Amino acid sequence: MTEPEAEQMSVAPGEPHDSLLSESLSYVIGLGLALLLTAVSFWVASTSVLWGPGVATGLVVLAIAQMGVHLVFFLHITSGPDNTNNILALAFGVLIVFLVMIGTIWIMSHMNANMGPTPEMMNLHTQRG
Amino acid sequence: MTNEAATIGLTHGGSEDTGLGHRGPESKSIVVPYGFWLFVLSDMVLFSALFATYATLVLATDGGPTTNQLFDRNLVAIETIALLVSSFTCGLAIIAARRSNMVWAQAWLLVTGLLGAVFLSIELYEFAIMIGEGAGPQRSAFLSSFFTLVGCHGAHVTAGLLWIGTMMAQVWAKGFQPHIMRRLLCLSVFWHALDIIWVAIFTIVYLIGTLP
Repeated sequence: MTEPEAEQMSVAPGEPHDSLLSESLSYVIGLGLALLLTAVSFWVASTSVLWGPGVATGLVVLAIAQMGVHLVFFLHITSGPDNTNNILALAFGVLIVFLVMIGTIWIMSHMNANMGPTPEMMNLHTQRG
Repeated sequence: MTNEAATIGLTHGGSEDTGLGHRGPESKSIVVPYGFWLFVLSDMVLFSALFATYATLVLATDGGPTTNQLFDRNLVAIETIALLVSSFTCGLAIIAARRSNMVWAQAWLLVTGLLGAVFLSIELYEFAIMIGEGAGPQRSAFLSSFFTLVGCHGAHVTAGLLWIGTMMAQVWAKGFQPHIMRRLLCLSVFWHALDIIWVAIFTIVYLIGTLP
């Protein structure tokens, strides 16, 4: 097996493509999409056209989409065979992040709803004015 | 050995690689950024804990200022664009470095660092105003978690700025040697990751926090 072949078996995260045009284009497309999603986020947050209670969820979806854009176009995480290690590590990281965040928010909101706060808890923990 | 592996379908695309560690470890240019990628992912796990804390405590204002009274969306928009464009120029710096173009690599790294400094200055300005108004981290559980989360991101950006300066000096002094290129690639992974975390911060903290 020759050396170039060996190097194509895996790709480091963030490693750009080979031709100047395609790798520059990747960053330009990424910047364009990220700017677009950012602009939509700020518009969604300030408009009164949309149904109010759904706006927060929509913003989270837009944020996740933008993170995807950053991963694909800036960090060059793809679904190709040379990226398997990178994407498996990412999948595990995403799993832990979601477990920690959703688990915490879920449990704490149930605690707040089901356990009437005693006066001490009001002072020490929730401090709700 | 190879024929045997081929018979039972363990080779990749006709190469002699059995996929069973036959080739030995990957080259350093793969292993080092991969290890750094693992670090960045663990850093995101750290931030997820800070986000969870913030989400739990965001209403615990203890009668003090709330998110709607404190945050200024215009400043956040400028911060967001500065960090996003710096992520873009960081990528351009890597492109230039891979072609051993000293002038453009240094120029794009400088622009990246300056935009990062703009971001950091605005953040510190915002912190200074909040603390001046008596909305410092000791005011309420909400503000403690806010300063921890956003401050931790700001500390990462500060570290990134120091790293950019260091890499500009190293590239200047040592040229585009393989180990310098590995460090540059790790720096770009770090910088892009900071922007990903900022997307979560500006959405969850600032935009959702200032909904009417």
